[in-house]
Amino acid sequence: MAVPRSFTRAQRAVILGGMLGFVLTVVVLQLWLLTATTNAYLGGDDSLIVPAAVASVLGLAMNVGLLRYAMRLERRPSGSA
Amino acid sequence: MSDATQSRDLEAITTAPDRRPADLQPAWRQDFPIDWPLDQYVERRDFVKFLVLTSGALAVGQVAIVAQNWLRRRQGRPEMRRVAALADIPVGGSLLFRYPGEHDTNVLVRLGPEELVAYSQKCTHLSCAVIPEPDKNVLHCPCHEGFFDLRSGAPIAGPPRRPLPRITLEVRGGEVFATGVEYRTS
Repeated sequence: MAVPRSFTRAQRAVILGGMLGFVLTVVVLQLWLLTATTNAYLGGDDSLIVPAAVASVLGLAMNVGLLRYAMRLERRPSGSA
Repeated sequence: MSDATQSRDLEAITTAPDRRPADLQPAWRQDFPIDWPLDQYVERRDFVKFLVLTSGALAVGQVAIVAQNWLRRRQGRPEMRRVAALADIPVGGSLLFRYPGEHDTNVLVRLGPEELVAYSQKCTHLSCAVIPEPDKNVLHCPCHEGFFDLRSGAPIAGPPRRPLPRITLEVRGGEVFATGVEYRTS
């Protein structure tokens, strides 16, 4: 995914703030999912274990994607001073 | 104006949190200038990195549960095993036994001449050993004052939320056998 143009530092700070809120929400959801799944597993209910793992891994993939985008934001586009 | 000043990145000029010009800042801030917006940006970026690391740890935990569940299913039902002779357990008495593994301690209670119940001895709160109290019809966990109903194994007081795993029993020819483990969520 290419960054279309160079953002100013203030713009990057706002984008990063939005990312932070999103990533934090996903992490809280993952924590809740892990707690609920552990309780179900210890209680012998294994019907939700695989869907919960898939959802958690998807959450991780989204977070990693956002982090990579945040890293790209800091690179200056080629040709700029 | 020198070339070096002209080529300076205007965004890199320090702006203090109170947004007053540099000349009006206290002496300590002039002596140790910090690029505050950049500092806040780097803090946020590092926090995002830390959260992504946490997200990875939580995802690994979920996958570990999938692996544990796969191993548990692979083991299948535990084999039937003799626990004791029925005559050795008085009515109102209890007996400790290990089933299905050597580290899985359970407690069997004889409630009546033909009524037997057995549960895992590990409290579902933090795995302390529960103690049967047949006169009060409860199993008591002394660590955090948890109580379970003796007839069902359901939590009735204290921090535990899940019932105790039940050990299914069978009486054959005056002998008591453990035949399986029932995990329950409610």
